Amino acid sequence: MEHDGISTAKVTVRVNGSSQSAAIDTRTSLLELIRQHVGLTGTKRGCNQGACGACTVLIDDQRVLSCLTLAVQADGREVTTIEGIGDTTQLHRLQSAFIDHDGFQCGYCTAGQICSGVALASEAAAGVPSVVTDDLHADEVDLSLAEIRERMSGNLCRCGAHNGIIAAISEVYGS
Amino acid sequence: MREFSYAKAVDPEEAVRLAGTGARYLGGGTNLVDLMREEIETPTALIDVSGLAQGITETPGGGIEIGAATSNTAVAAHPRVRHDYPMLARAIVSGASGQLRNMATVGGNLLQRTRCAYFYDEAARCNKRSPVSGCDAREGFHRAHAVLGVSEQCIATHPSDMCVALVALDAQVDILGPAGARAVPLEQLHREPGDTPHLETVLAPAELITAVRLPQATVAANSTYRKVRDRASYAFALVSVAAALRVEDGTVSEVRIALGGVASRPWRAHLAERELLGAPATAESFRRAAETEFRAARPSRDNAFKVSLAPRVVADVLEGLIR
Repeated sequence: MEHDGISTAKVTVRVNGSSQSAAIDTRTSLLELIRQHVGLTGTKRGCNQGACGACTVLIDDQRVLSCLTLAVQADGREVTTIEGIGDTTQLHRLQSAFIDHDGFQCGYCTAGQICSGVALASEAAAGVPSVVTDDLHADEVDLSLAEIRERMSGNLCRCGAHNGIIAAISEVYGS
Repeated sequence: MREFSYAKAVDPEEAVRLAGTGARYLGGGTNLVDLMREEIETPTALIDVSGLAQGITETPGGGIEIGAATSNTAVAAHPRVRHDYPMLARAIVSGASGQLRNMATVGGNLLQRTRCAYFYDEAARCNKRSPVSGCDAREGFHRAHAVLGVSEQCIATHPSDMCVALVALDAQVDILGPAGARAVPLEQLHREPGDTPHLETVLAPAELITAVRLPQATVAANSTYRKVRDRASYAFALVSVAAALRVEDGTVSEVRIALGGVASRPWRAHLAERELLGAPATAESFRRAAETEFRAARPSRDNAFKVSLAPRVVADVLEGLIR
């Protein structure tokens, strides 16, 4: 990263496998970088204060909130957005399950829900416990419905499609 | 958000060197970036320390050292933490959401600001945000506010779950500053509000938290964390309890109790612990001991329920630890 001025910076981020560079104001969030500089609009701005999960993307395969991540913090890292998870010609199996289970209505939170769902599966497989995990000694956590519900609590859906969302994630990753 | 310069530190020494007047250290940003967007925090420079000291190492005494930039998720998932300090793993996963725990660092968790709504509301009076301006929480919505360690000037709670477990585990905080390195017990890191609620910790300007150390503690293997809140997930605590217990022949031989959601800082329940040592390990004595901790409580109009709720939660948690 190079500094062009006191409050500007040049960042280079790999987004969905493609290297993207931009000269930005240091105040730019990763969400704004993705939508306005890279031009990928699948990632949505919801609350813009880290409460709703609509802006969820993956950095180095871990789910994060892009609205609370400064773009400068993502410099040199690998970002995956919904566009890198699947597309209309080749849906990710979790996207197909969301369709099968009516896991959305308006669709605004869906990109964040899908990114979160994909990442929670790898977290459970790596032994990351949740507040409903009984056995802390398990090095891999089975994703019961209670586990999925808890692990998705950071993604809100104002349409109330939560039951379909949980069913879809359970079909793909559940125990 | 105000303009700021950004620099990524390569080591703690460089971070401290770069931290001039108006600078803030940046960890995961989950709290600081939000506060900057609201212009409650207005740093002119951010020193990014999120790339420093990530990871957990064994210490010579059988404890562990957690680098300040380790993510909350990485701490909760670490086998040593899950096996030997289960209250810490459970406290961490009781807080925030999966996304936030992936971003948030240990050092940042220690230094997060209160979630008092009046602190966030520029239109409200808040002695913490704007010294000597008054406190709108006292007569306002304060159901979730503190009853221990409060003052006329401030009744805000410290919001961390992780810190509640850390204070029960006798955590030490390693600090590096312009004057050199030092360590303070976590219990002494946070200040009670008194007349100066804007001063929240004992850190001097430019001092950086570099690590948190946990001593070896056999009792901690039999420990847990319970959080009582308005919804089942992704909410701050009304009352939370970190506890560890050892019982011999029906008598308490070792006990640790710390409380969250009820105090201005992570609250170690020393009075309750003292009363319980050598006492019978029964729900009745657990509750009575916890009640002694709350004799000094100063509840506000709408949060007096915590004074009776917390001892019941303590008793139930300790009862669940009898084995």
